Parts: sequence; structure tokens; C-alpha cells
Amino acid sequence: MNLRKASAAAAAVLALSLTATACGSDDSDSSSEGEGGGKKITVGIKFDQPGIGLKTPDGSYTGFDVDVATYVAKELGYAEKDITWKETPSADRETALERGDVDFIVASYSITDERKAKVDFAGPYLLAHQDLLIRSDDNIAKGADLNGKKLCSVAGSTSAQNVSDELAPKAQLKEYGTYSECIDALASGAVDALTTDDSILAGYASQDQNKGKFKLAGLSLSNENYGIGVKKGDAKMVDDINAALEKMVTDKAWDKAVTDNFGPAEYKNEPAPKIGNIVS
Amino acid sequence: MFDFLEGYDLLGAFWVTVQLAVFSGIGSLVLGTILAAMRVSPVPLMRGFGTVYVNVVRNIPLTVIIVFSSLGLADIFGITLGAADDFDALSFRLAILGLTVYTAAFVCEAIRSGINTVPVGQAEAARAIGLNFTQVLSLIVLPQAFRSVIGPLTNVLIALTKNTTVAAAIGVAEAALLMKEMIENESQLILISAIFAFGFVVLTLPTGLILGWVAKRVAVKR
Amino acid sequence: MTSVLYDAPGPGAKRRNIVYTVLFLIVLGLGVWWIYSAMDDKGQLEWAKWSPFTESQAWTTYLLPGLANTVKAAALALVIALPLGALFGIARLSDHRWVRVPAGVVVEFFRAIPVLILMVFANQFYATSTDISTEMRPLYAVVTGLVLYNASVLAEVVRAGILSLPKGQTEAAKAIGLRKGQTMRSILLPQSVTAMLPALVSQLVVIVKDTALGGALLSFTELLNARKTLAANYSNVIPSFIVVAVIFIVLNLLLTTFASWLEKRLRRAKRSTGAVLTGEAMEDLTATGTPERLSDIRKTDGGSGPGGGGAVP
Repeated sequence: MNLRKASAAAAAVLALSLTATACGSDDSDSSSEGEGGGKKITVGIKFDQPGIGLKTPDGSYTGFDVDVATYVAKELGYAEKDITWKETPSADRETALERGDVDFIVASYSITDERKAKVDFAGPYLLAHQDLLIRSDDNIAKGADLNGKKLCSVAGSTSAQNVSDELAPKAQLKEYGTYSECIDALASGAVDALTTDDSILAGYASQDQNKGKFKLAGLSLSNENYGIGVKKGDAKMVDDINAALEKMVTDKAWDKAVTDNFGPAEYKNEPAPKIGNIVS
Repeated sequence: MFDFLEGYDLLGAFWVTVQLAVFSGIGSLVLGTILAAMRVSPVPLMRGFGTVYVNVVRNIPLTVIIVFSSLGLADIFGITLGAADDFDALSFRLAILGLTVYTAAFVCEAIRSGINTVPVGQAEAARAIGLNFTQVLSLIVLPQAFRSVIGPLTNVLIALTKNTTVAAAIGVAEAALLMKEMIENESQLILISAIFAFGFVVLTLPTGLILGWVAKRVAVKR
Repeated sequence: MTSVLYDAPGPGAKRRNIVYTVLFLIVLGLGVWWIYSAMDDKGQLEWAKWSPFTESQAWTTYLLPGLANTVKAAALALVIALPLGALFGIARLSDHRWVRVPAGVVVEFFRAIPVLILMVFANQFYATSTDISTEMRPLYAVVTGLVLYNASVLAEVVRAGILSLPKGQTEAAKAIGLRKGQTMRSILLPQSVTAMLPALVSQLVVIVKDTALGGALLSFTELLNARKTLAANYSNVIPSFIVVAVIFIVLNLLLTTFASWLEKRLRRAKRSTGAVLTGEAMEDLTATGTPERLSDIRKTDGGSGPGGGGAVP
């Protein structure tokens, strides 16, 4: 008897796992409808960067990149509800565009020659600089002050390399998986500064729970021209997005997006960049 | 054919892997033995602590333990293991700590099962001649138990060797991290993977064979 | 067994035990107090960092979808690895050298390689050589790595399960004239499946834990990775880690409790052969070497206390 019961239990386990599989896999279907029939558009953003692209607890998305993407999509003829947001981690951005998994990417995506070989860029829509985030009672005025300090960045990022190679070779570099972890380490005093693009830093410093705790050092260590990534060769898409970006600047929606997302951090943003004007 | 290997410190990375395995192997053997002793001790509280430790640690993914030792221990609890100013050494030592804490739970269970294989008569005879718990354990039971658990402990050691790859999650420059870096930069995916797979086979297979032979040699004949 | 190691405590020993208990309690207390004060000192105990976990949105938006992915990857890996493992396990028992040896080489090879290496390889392989969408690729890579490794572990479980059956079963089958295939299909496999169940559930714990590797290194959005987005919202890295660890512990404790319950039940089952492959016995199978131990598995005595058994570390 017990044998039969045990077999029944085994069958139940199997059935359970199968159901788990089944209910898990139906969420990815809505993705691959292109611009055509369904009138849907898929946009790649970051999900875990406050101020840039963040998935909030109620399941909506906020951030500067999200505002820009929403505006551009609207100009292209897609209402907000027709946008499917997808997470595009840095390492996956080129592949996602090449494969057509997303229609365009707005994800703190700096325009570089290496990337231009693989994808096309519209914009730039923001000129960011590599900067430092420090505790508000701290002071770091120039790059050389970093020597002997402990610096945090995300594993594999170019920002960290820039500092250790050029500005302050004697700085200690700690690499974490995400910036949130760096923020924690910065708050607890385990590191002295967090380095990456000032826009990302401003996003973190503007979060409610971080307000007043951190400040930007105001160093412009590099120029990062954020562009909107588009599949290589899709010239019409690039033109349409560029037109939308120009309109966003002229009707002041751009300024509003900057204040909304970076305001509390006293982030001195560069004026809206001219389309195609890449500052190197 | 192997030009792409230039500029990569392959042996260095595997050397780090070996170091991680050896140091955390020794650490977890010590901690695991202490835990096993706790689990069979006459003090109920210690028994309880041992049981909870094993059941908690064994059920957490090693990845969580390793990443947490980097974030939590170093940043919040200020455990810097004497390497506060050298982040590379710090991650290396924290990885050893995390691997030790995790592996100790498995070592403890292996040793405890070894204690169970020692015939009851041995412990009874030891008590009959007036030995106390510590003496029974350290002079009579554990020496016999260790000889019978070399097999299971070998398996734990091999698993530990493979688990050192998780240290890549906190940026310790061991084999898996180098492999990840290499296959992202070079195009010889299959060849690179084969090299690293071969490296691990070379590390784990002889360990299993040699210690398996040792286990047979020292086993208590009954 | 354990009580064999010491005499029933007399008055002196009782006093001593109390002293030890108090001393140990003090040490434990100091440890807990130190953890508490360090966390308090760094502001990790602020209610704002913990309150998100009392809101349903933190669970429905981040943690539960992450957990669903963890379970999904683990379940898929088990469902695919099981038939593969059975195939290789049976192949290793074949009478034909040309079947037995290659199967043995494949199994030993994949057991000797870290799962992470397999996952990293699969991820890159899918990225460069296949047409899998970037969104699904991490899942595929994680499942592939888990399947390759666990199929080879399960092959050994199946082999051990079949070997654990009394010889009389094969002999009786031969006596009534069954062929090798028939013996395997209708006599050995059905019986060994029940013997293997506890070991299978224990292996599931290992699979669940290994999915976290994909989260940390392949950006697979399982539980550990979902924590990342949650922590970006609430700035609660440490609390979120603790919550995620607790979820893993609860999930795996449920599985191990289920495994030891199964094991007890099967051991009592009168109609079965009484051969049970415990999680404890699994430890012998998790790494390379020592095939001669496998025939001893039937003799492995349970009685391993709570949790049933540890599979691969």
C-alpha cells in the first residue's frame, strides 16, 4: 500500500514541478511583437538604477531613461500602455538589439566607437561625466585626492579602471555586483567614494532614504554621451528618434525630466546636447 | 593554436583555486570536527546549536554565503581579517571564510556519520575503564571515526574544490573568473572551456583516486 | 548512539553540564549582542530597511517572481536531468563494454567539473551560436549547466538504486525467462525508483541552491538577483540578503523534511524490498571514485537525525 502512496507522492511532486514550469513560462510571450500589427513597442532599460531606470514596487518604471523612452515612444505613435519594458543588462545590450529582442535601448548607454561598430545610435540625449559620490561631510576636490582612499565601483565597469589607471593609481578599488551595495559600503564607511557616471550617482543621491547623506564631488573625469541604441542599419528609426528628442528639448519636457529625476541631488546637468554632437 | 593564451595567467588562476581549496579545507576540517563534537556532546544546548548550524548553513546557497561575507562581514561587522587596506587580499580571505563556514556543515555530518560507524562496544569499553566524554571522543571514537570517513571527506573536499569557483562572485581572481573574462574577450569558446574543464579534472580526479586508496589502506577492518 | 559516549550524568556531571551550558550561553549571548550592536551601529536595524518586507508589493513585484524563476529552473533541471541520468545510469550497468565505458567517462567528466564552469560555457555558447532571445538565455544556460551536472549525479543514483536491490530479484527474473531488457524494465527499475526517491529529493535541494549561481554571475533573475532590484528601491542590501537567505532555508528545509519523511515511509513499506537510497548514502556518490561502495548502500543505516541527509555540498 505504502508503495502505491509513495508513487502517488512522486507523481504529485512531478506534477507540481510541471505546473510551476507551466505558469512560469507564459510571461514572455508578449515580447516579440514588432512595431507592426499589435501596435506594441519593446524598449530596453535598466531595472535597478534609481533616477535612470528603476522597477518600482507597484510594478511601474521610473527614471530619466524611462521618461525619455516614453516621450520618444509617444512621438513614434505608441501610447504608454503599448510599451513593453525589458531589462537589458550592460553585457546584453548589443545582442538584444542585433537579435531584435528590443526595438530600441535607453539604458545609460554611452556612445563609443566600439559599440557603434555593432549598433546605431540616436541622440545623444544626455551628456554625463564620470564623477564621485562621497559622504556629505567628506571632501574630495580633485582626482589626486583619491590616492590612498577606498573606491567602490561595479565589477567590470570602465569607470573604475579610469581612476586606477589614470587619476589615482594608489586608490584601493573595491568592486561589487551592483551600485546599491557600493552605496551601503559608502554609508557604513567601508569605502570613501563611489565612482561612475554623475547621472547614475545623482539618481542614487536623490532617493528619499539617501537624501542629505551623500553629495557629488563635481569632478568631470570623463564624457559619457548617452545615446539611444537602435539596430544597425535602421536609419529611419534613428531619424524618427532624433526628431522626437529634438522636440522633447524644445517643449521643455527634457528639462522637466531632469528636475524630476535628479533634482534633489543638486546635480548640475549639462544643457541638452545637440543631436549628433558627441563630446569626446 | 594557443596564441590567445598570451596575457592570461592561467596557472596563477588555478593556483588561487588550489589555495582556496586547501585553506578552506583545513579550516572546515577544524570547524567541522568541533561542530561534530558539539552534536554528540552531553550538553543539550551545544547539541542544539550544532544541529541548528548544520541545518541552516546546509540549506543556504553557497553564493549567498560568499556574497554576504563580502558585503555583510567586511562592511557592517568590520571583519577585515588583517587586510583592511588591500581589497584583493580581503576578498580572498573572505572567500576562504565563507567556504569554510559552508563546508564545515558537511564535514560535521560526515564525521558524525563516521562516529555512528564505530561499534558501540568501543565506547562502552572506554567508559568502563573510567574515561570521561572528552577522553572517549578524542582517544577512542574520533580516531576510529576519522579512518572510516576518509571516503566521505574526500567527496566533501572534491566538492569544495569545485565550489571555489563561487568565489568569482566576489571578484576573487580564480579559475572561473578568468574563464568568464577569457570567453568574453576571445572567440575560442570550446577550446577555452575545454582547458578549464581539463584543469578541474586534473585537480579533482587524482584527489579522489589517491584519497580513495588511502581510505582503503587505513580503514578499520571489522 | 550518542548517549553511548558518556555515562548517565551523576550529581557532579549535572553540575558541570550546567556550568558548560551557562558558559556556552554567555558566549552565544555575546555573539548575538555583538551582531546586534554592529548592525545597529551601521543603521541596518532601522525600521525603514525592514518595513518593505511587511508590504505585499515588495513580495509580488520582486521576491515572488524571483522565487518562481528559482523553482522553475530547478524543476526544469530535475525533469530533464532525471531521464538523462536514468539513461546513463543504466548504460553504466550494461554488459557491453562499448556502452559501459563511454557512459562512465561522460558521467565522471561532468561530475568533476564545477557547475559554474558549465553554466558560463552554456551562456556564451547560446549567445554566439544559437537563436535564443537575450531574455531567455540566462534561464537556458542555468538549466543546461544544472542538467549536465545533475544528470551525471543522478546517473550514479540510478545505478546505486538498481545495485541496491537484492540479487534474488535479477535471479528470479532470469529464472522465469525474462530477457535483460525486460528484467530492467519490469523488475529492477520500478523497484529502484522507490528506493531512489529520498535521494532524488535531496538532490533537488542542491539544484535549488545552485540556481543562485546563475543569479550572481549570469544575470538570471532568480531570487538572489531579484533581491538586487529590490535593494535598489529600498536601499536595504543587508536586510534583503537576510530575507532571501531565510526563504532559501525554509524552502530547502521543506524539501529535506519531505525527503526524510519519504525515507521513513519507504523503509516501513512491507511490500517493497526495503532498499532505500538515503541522502546520506548520496554523499558517497557526489564526487568521483569509490564505485565499490555502491554495493554497500543497502547496508547504510538511516538514523541520521533531522534533515535526512546532505547531498552534494
